[in-house]
Order: sequence, then C-alpha cells, then structure tokens
Amino acid sequence: MTDKVLLEIKNLHAGIDGNEILRGVDLTVRAGEVHAIMGPNGSGKSTLAQVLAGNPAYTITTGSAQYLGKDLAALKPEERARDGLFLAFQYPVAIRGITNAYFLRSALNAIRKSRGEEELGPVEFMDALEEKLKLIGWDDSYLSRPVNDGFSGGEKKRNEILQLAVLEPKLAILDETDSGLDIDALKTVAHTVDKLRRPDSATVLVTHYYRILTHIMPDYVHVLSGGRIVKSGGKDLALELEEKGYDWVRDEAPVA
Amino acid sequence: MTTGIEAQVLQPYKYGFVTDIESDVVPPGLNEDVIRLISAKKGEPEWMLEWRLRAYRNWLKMREPHWANVRYGPIDYQAISYYAAPKKRPQLESLEQVDPKLLETFEKLGLPLQERKRLAGVAVDAVFDSVSVATTFRETLAQQGIIFCAISEAIREHPELVREYLGSVVPYNDNFFAALNSAVFTDGSFAYIPKGVRCPLELSTYFRINTSATGQFERTLIVAEEGSSVSYLEGCSAPIRDEHQLHAAVVELVALDNATIKYSTIQNWYPGDEAGRGGIYNFVTKRGKCLGKNSKISWTQVETGSAITWKYPGCILQGDNSIGEFYSVAVTNNRQQADTGTKMIHLGKNTRSTIVSKGISAGHGQNTYRGLVKILKGAEGARNYSQCDSMLIGDQCGAHTFPYIDVRNSTAIMEHEASTSKIGEDQIFYCKQRGLAAEDAVSMIVNGFCKEVFKELPMEFAVEAQRLLGISLEGSVG
Repeated sequence: MTDKVLLEIKNLHAGIDGNEILRGVDLTVRAGEVHAIMGPNGSGKSTLAQVLAGNPAYTITTGSAQYLGKDLAALKPEERARDGLFLAFQYPVAIRGITNAYFLRSALNAIRKSRGEEELGPVEFMDALEEKLKLIGWDDSYLSRPVNDGFSGGEKKRNEILQLAVLEPKLAILDETDSGLDIDALKTVAHTVDKLRRPDSATVLVTHYYRILTHIMPDYVHVLSGGRIVKSGGKDLALELEEKGYDWVRDEAPVA
Repeated sequence: MTTGIEAQVLQPYKYGFVTDIESDVVPPGLNEDVIRLISAKKGEPEWMLEWRLRAYRNWLKMREPHWANVRYGPIDYQAISYYAAPKKRPQLESLEQVDPKLLETFEKLGLPLQERKRLAGVAVDAVFDSVSVATTFRETLAQQGIIFCAISEAIREHPELVREYLGSVVPYNDNFFAALNSAVFTDGSFAYIPKGVRCPLELSTYFRINTSATGQFERTLIVAEEGSSVSYLEGCSAPIRDEHQLHAAVVELVALDNATIKYSTIQNWYPGDEAGRGGIYNFVTKRGKCLGKNSKISWTQVETGSAITWKYPGCILQGDNSIGEFYSVAVTNNRQQADTGTKMIHLGKNTRSTIVSKGISAGHGQNTYRGLVKILKGAEGARNYSQCDSMLIGDQCGAHTFPYIDVRNSTAIMEHEASTSKIGEDQIFYCKQRGLAAEDAVSMIVNGFCKEVFKELPMEFAVEAQRLLGISLEGSVG
C-alpha cells in the first residue's frame, strides 16, 4: 500500500432537480484501498457514484471532490474516464446495433489515445481480451452481441466487470454491482474485482448487502445516511450492520 | 467498423467547393425551343425529341404536388437553366482528353477516374452538371456484353434498348417532376446486363452539380436480362450556395426472369446551412419493375443531404415470386426536411416485400416516412414486412410516419412494426463514462440504430455512409 491519495471528497453537497441529496460527504481514498459504502435506500449512495462520474443531471452545490489532485467538477465525464475513473453502473444502458467487442475497443482506444498510446487494432485487441473474458467466465459469443441489448440483469452486471477488466482504471466505483446477481455470479464477479486490484488502484463498492464483502475484503466501511457518512470503520462494521441493521447507526450521532 | 470512421466524424460539408471551369450554359427558361436545343446538343434521334415534347406538353397541364409533409417557397421553373456542360467536351474513349480540372474535381470527391488510381472493383460513370464526363472500366465490362455508358450515348448507340424500356416503369406523365425530367433530362447512366451475366464490378454513377442556377435532371435506366445480376451505386454532391437548386431525377429499373438488381444511393447533396439558406431540392422518382418471375429488386438509400427530399423508390412486383426490398436511412438536421419512403405494388403470386426505414431527426429537422404497400387481387400469397424506426436527437425536431396499406387479396400476410426513440442522455453519459467523446458517442449510437440498413450497402460504401452520418449530425448534441 502507498499513501497516494486518489480521491479526496470534502463537505460535498450535491443534488438533482434542485433537491439536495448529498449533504456534506467527506471521504478519502488512497491507492491500494477498498472502501465499502453502505446504507439504506435513498441515502445518497448512487448519487455519490453518479456525481463522481460526472453525470450532467446532478449538480454540486458546495464542497469539492478532487481526483488525482484535480477538481472533478472541472473535468468532463470522458476526461475523468480517460484519467482512470470508472463507474460500474447500477443500471447499464443498452446500445442497439453496436457489438460489445466494438464498444470495448472504442472505449479502450479512446483512453489509450488520450494518453498518447497507440490504438489497438481488432486482432491485437481480441488477443488482449481473451484472458479478460476468462476471468468473468464468458465465451466469445458475448463479444458479438450488441452492448447490453437483450442481456439479463446479471449479464449486464457481468458486462460492467468485463469493461472494468479491459479498461483497468485507477479508481473503480461499483454501484450495486452485486444486486441482481445469483450466488454463483456474485462469486465470479467478486473474485474478478478482487483479482483486478492493483497497488496503484482503489475500489469503492457501493452496496446494500454484506455478502459481496465476504468475497472482497474492504479496508474501510462507511455508512451513508441522509446524504452524509454517519459512521466509518473497518470490515467488522459491515458485519455489525448485517446483524443490527441500519437503524442502529441512523440513531447514532454523525461522526463528522 | 473501424475507429478511423469515428475519427473522421464531425467535419463540415466538405464537398462544397466550386470547380472553376468554363461552361456552356443554356440561358434560364423552359420552352419547346430549349428542349429542341438539348435534344440537338445530344445528337438525339427524332423519336427521342418527340417523347420529350410529349412529356413537356403533359407537364404544362400538371401541377406541382404539395401533399408531402415539407414546406418550401414557390419554384420559378423559368429561372432555372436546363443545360450546363463543361466547354471542353471530353472524348469518352480517352481520358487524356478530359479537362484536368474535371479529373481533379472527381479526385477531390474521392473518385479518381485515372486508370492507375481507380477504385478496384467499381466502374464509375461520372456526371458533371448535364453531361457524363467519363465512364471507367468500359472495356472490361464490354467483354461480357455489359453495356455501361451515359444515357445520351445509349440513345445514340443502342436506340432499340432505350426505346423499349425508357418510360416503361416511370411513364413520361407519371408525376409532375417525372414529366419535367422526361422533357429536359440531360444525362445519367444506362446499364444493360445480358442474359445470364453476373456483373463482375459494382457499377456506380457519381453526380456532381457545379454550375449555379442550373437544375440537374438525370435519368438512369438499368435493364437486367434473364438470370443476370448487378449491383449499382449512385453518389452525389454539390457546392455550397445560398440559393436552392432543383434536382429532379428519374431512375427506372427492369428485372426480367430470375434477375437481381441491387441499387444503392448515398445522397449527399448540399443540405443548406443552419438557418435553412440554400440546399438542394431533391425531387426524385425511382421505381423498379420486377417484370420476370423470381426477379428481385433491392433499394438501399442513405439520405443525408438536400434541403428537401421527396423520394419514394418503389417496386412493382409483377413476376410471380418476385421480391422487392427497401432499406433506408434518412437524416434531417438543422432545417432539412425529408418526406421519403417506398411503394411496394404486389401484382404477382407469392410476391414478397421488405421495408426497413430508419429516420433520424436532429436540430429543427423534420423527417417523414411515407410508404404504400398495395396488394392487388391476383397477388395470391403475397407478403410484406415493414419496420419503421425513428430516432430523435434534441427536442426541436420531428418524426412522422404515414404507412398506407391497401390489401385486396385475403391470403396476404402483412406485418408492420414501428418505433420512436429519443437518443438518451443516459446512453451518451454511459459512453462518455467509458472515455468516448460526445460526438463519437452519438455517432456510435446512431450507427448502431442504422446497422440493419448499412449492412445492405456494398462494403466500400458502408464505411462512407457511416462517415457521412457523423458529418450530417455535426453539432446536434452539446
């Protein structure tokens, strides 16, 4: 582990359509770490993920989020992505008529190009893809299917992880990637995410449930409630939440 | 698809240049003398002139149609010049004698005509204003008995074929614009594929309007004899000008027993500017006749240009078991208006037709699909499948669908599917989150939407079509 700070969020307030959802979030993520952000429905978990990725529907009102020392608000979503910020969507969208392989290669090449690296041709790309496919337990047939079109909920989530594996981001935010997965799929997905961890990268898992954390051991667990992080702790906190439910922390005074 | 296409997306209309070349232009205005003059310039036989005059006299009695869902100011037919030709007349047999400026023009358009630079596998007839300037690969084609030349030449050299088929699918009095075309058509292509021959090359005509205040009235006739097959592609472009220019073409296809004609269009006439100034009025009549049994005619069009498009490539399915297809992508951006679709007329038994139409509207563009499927009494066992999808980009544009269905035989099977979707902010955000720029995201989503049509295009042109689509949607998302 290094001390390198990847993400630093300070007193972040943000909302959508004039409704404030995040009400002062503070969070620091360093390279090599895994953070779990838990919390009840409507607590602002997905909003936090969307705001970090730069969804234009959301507005930051006060506070700041810095990624690699840069003010996130000043970066376009595609610039954040090219700098290595990745969001695995809770509800991935479908793109008709565009194959998974083409989409993945376009995304990878857009990122490579921005870094001054050579773009990959179809053949080289397919070679690089083979091992990534194996990681998530898929065969080639998924590559020629249109992006998320006609995919089951579980397949869509797995596809997000395939993208994660291909794009190799520095900061991966997984927005409820575990929901909608059966036990076996959850295991595969969690193991893949775990395998993809690098000393220079970090993972933020947004989740309702404890079960994914049995496969990916978090360094920190935070409870988001009412738009703020009300409690932070080690992996034991997740277990405690599993036993006692969220009401237990909601009643406690905010930590920050 | 390659990322090269993506990289080329978002360029302004790059075919808007004017070639500075001395032209022989007939003064504006239309009367019988102008028609006699055109006919004389082309060295036409008497029967051709008579046909033109009959068309003209009919046209005088007709009214410009206004049922289409498009708006434009009145057209002054007396302000148009009906003939313009580069002064140095090219000798068709020898490319060395073609004005270098013309060769340069076509090279700039991506269509080199010189032997060593030619597109492999594509024979090109290049039409500049009112005349055909060159046709490539003529000898190669002639070895198989295929005739591919300018229609004006065909009228002189192969009068028996032209006389038999000209007007047999689109009669000279078919409609207002077809009648006008019949009276004044200047050039265009003629292709004849003899019995049992599969044309080894793609045949292609490239139409270029250069001179201002002229109209372009080309006429294309393709005849596929028994058991033959041909794939034909037309492309077009025009300089950027403030005034509107009229383009009223007629295309006729005839397929005899077991013959197949595949006709693809990439229409990229100047679309006008953001405020709707200038641009081509593209009023075109295209029709194919499946005359023989088991014959097949397939239309594929990618319509990205023109200020106004009025065009319904159709098929008359006369032969038993004949097949008609129509695959279309029509894009309207800025102030462009398109009213386009097809007509499938089922006469023969077990005739089948397929219609796949993709309309994309952006800016203030208005896009209308208008299609007729008519199944006549004798068309036992006829089938049609229609699919009309519309995509909206932004909230100032419109998509409209007018499917007309007329079935007079109870054994017919008809299927119709339609959808309208808005290009989603969420889709664009998703692509951006993966590192793609907004315009690449739009181009990708739109290309995906059009895939079913693009896959019908010959390979070389599918790439061109995707690139054009990106260009014509330039600036449609913030």
